Amino acid sequence: MGRKITIEPVTRVEGHGKVTIQLDDAGNVAQSRLHIVEFRGFERFVQGRPYWEAPVLVQRLCGICPVSHHLAAAKALDVIVGAGTGDGLTPVGEKMRRLMHYGQMFQSHALHFFHLASPDLLFGADGDPAIRNVIGVALEHKDLAVQGVMMRKFGQEIIRATAGKKIHGTGGIPGGINKNLSIAERDEFLKGADPLNIDKMIEWSQAAVDFFKGYHAQNKDYIDNFSVFPSSHLSLVRKDGAMDFYHGVIRCIDADGNKLLDDIDYQDYYKHIGEEVKSWSYMKFPYLRKLGMENGWYTVGPLARCNTADFIPTPLAQKEFEIFKAYTKGKPNHMSMHMHWARLIELLHSAEVIKDLLNDPDLQKDNLVVKGTKQKEGVGLLEAPRGTLFHHYRINDNDQIEMANLIVSTTNNNEPMNRGVNFVAKDIFTGKKEITEGMMNRVEMVIRAYDPCLSCATHALGQMPLELTLVDSNGKTIDQIRK
Amino acid sequence: MSKPVVATTSLAGCFGCHMSLLDIDDRILQLIDLVEFHKSPVDDIKTFSKMCDIGIIEGGCCNSENVHVLQDFRKNCKILISLGECAIMGGLPAMRNGIPVKECLEEGYLDGPTVDENKKGARIIPNDEELPMILDKVYPCHEIVKVDYYIPGCPPRADLIWEALVALVTGNELKIPYEVLKFD
Ligand code: SF4
Repeated sequence: MGRKITIEPVTRVEGHGKVTIQLDDAGNVAQSRLHIVEFRGFERFVQGRPYWEAPVLVQRLCGICPVSHHLAAAKALDVIVGAGTGDGLTPVGEKMRRLMHYGQMFQSHALHFFHLASPDLLFGADGDPAIRNVIGVALEHKDLAVQGVMMRKFGQEIIRATAGKKIHGTGGIPGGINKNLSIAERDEFLKGADPLNIDKMIEWSQAAVDFFKGYHAQNKDYIDNFSVFPSSHLSLVRKDGAMDFYHGVIRCIDADGNKLLDDIDYQDYYKHIGEEVKSWSYMKFPYLRKLGMENGWYTVGPLARCNTADFIPTPLAQKEFEIFKAYTKGKPNHMSMHMHWARLIELLHSAEVIKDLLNDPDLQKDNLVVKGTKQKEGVGLLEAPRGTLFHHYRINDNDQIEMANLIVSTTNNNEPMNRGVNFVAKDIFTGKKEITEGMMNRVEMVIRAYDPCLSCATHALGQMPLELTLVDSNGKTIDQIRK
Repeated sequence: MSKPVVATTSLAGCFGCHMSLLDIDDRILQLIDLVEFHKSPVDDIKTFSKMCDIGIIEGGCCNSENVHVLQDFRKNCKILISLGECAIMGGLPAMRNGIPVKECLEEGYLDGPTVDENKKGARIIPNDEELPMILDKVYPCHEIVKVDYYIPGCPPRADLIWEALVALVTGNELKIPYEVLKFD
């Protein structure tokens, strides 16, 4: 008798996403799916709005990484107002945006590690669910919790100083930025009272990387074998192959590290990337057109970026990057849990970049905006905390948006997340009669490694609520667990 | 005396309001002393197992599940708060309210520049028993259930959320300055 298991990572009622797993008569996993159940209709309802509204509207898709949407839209509009494709802004324009973006990367990665991943590491996958969450961390590991809170606060303050507001700011405008950084603001970040200064942030970031490496050394088997499957990896890289979160060219490598796409101007992204629609999810499935859906899907995010980049252009992070690369002998890394490792290396890199930017006198300059000849269409790409983010707009003669196309980071990871769930489901449900809380948590953990932005937000605050139901082939419930 | 019990949820919101709650920064540690968290994305409790004192709602209702959870919150919380523009008036998602849902779906799944060329003929729009029903429009929470308090902003600033919660828990009246009464 076949069985169906439903896991709702974000409960049915809170509904952004859920997992269904179908078992066949022999108890093998016949099918598993991650469904994204939320639909917004953004592409349609921005039509008719004045184009300059896009950066403030779109970011309201996601309150966890609003800066990414804000700036991806602004970059697309740079093209539309004739300011070029990312390197055409004034130094203060580009560097203020970079500071905002790396501040966002810093706060989001800190949030992900301290509020989300650390409970699983500190209390274990099978740990007591009553304390295996951010409140448990706060109660039992106060120092770590305070670090997490303060690092997030520092990143949020950087965003406030550059965007005007911590969440849903207005700093990025077509062709540039609407303010520069005052000396007073700068000094607050450089020399603020302990712990809120950049040197402390770099120190704590390094400590977070070391914490993970220590944990890894103790738990090699678990970290290395939890959901491993070959995948292509895609990201932006700087022209010279360096890691860059704000601007670059598209690079995609296959599972062995061969380049599938390299040095691609992202204004042409649609020539290279297509999306398949499936009936059971509101999230589309992107793929490289030249390989088709079956072979052309790819992974984005911290792990992908560490796989595609040739080097990291700041010294401390580069040192960690070399250790990370050496672990897989320079070959692409396919271990899902290593995404946390890659994320922490990026956290350190972000802190270093923020320090370099703060010391750059360009941030106090006044020529904020570039003007040019109006274009009809523009594409903006950047690396959001969770991966490559695509924004594409076309306008009409009245400056109204006529077409909008978005491929958000989590959408890029649709297929890999489905594969990850399938890997773990096969591993832990095959032939099992009973479901334990720890088993359900493992399914959550693979999704959590990607930190998906849509189904998502919920677990960024801690554990995802779960519901798991076993039904027989007649649809009758035979077992149900909630936590 | 036992601590007041607080539950929170995100319906059709962007999670920015929950993020703003986190932006109270180190006061979060005081908050844990002040109240007990029940069903919320911040912990592992999935269903109501007791009556809560305060329910905080982010986001309006865009599908049948949002309605279901909102009614569940009303039933299980003595005081219900709409937190932020989406809960109070639908917010950005409500921009679709003047447009037929069909057009929104077609734009997203049939017409985009990256939608699979070969499959365009197949005209697939997601439709599966696992997907909840999309409502004709996005509804603010108070059109579905009775709401007791409203905290404005998109998101409401962290200080305002903190002061409002402390005022509620301690029974002191909260004076919201005029310049804070806005939807950004
Ligand atoms: S009110 Fe604003 S911040 Fe809150 S959920 Fe809605 S869009 Fe996000």
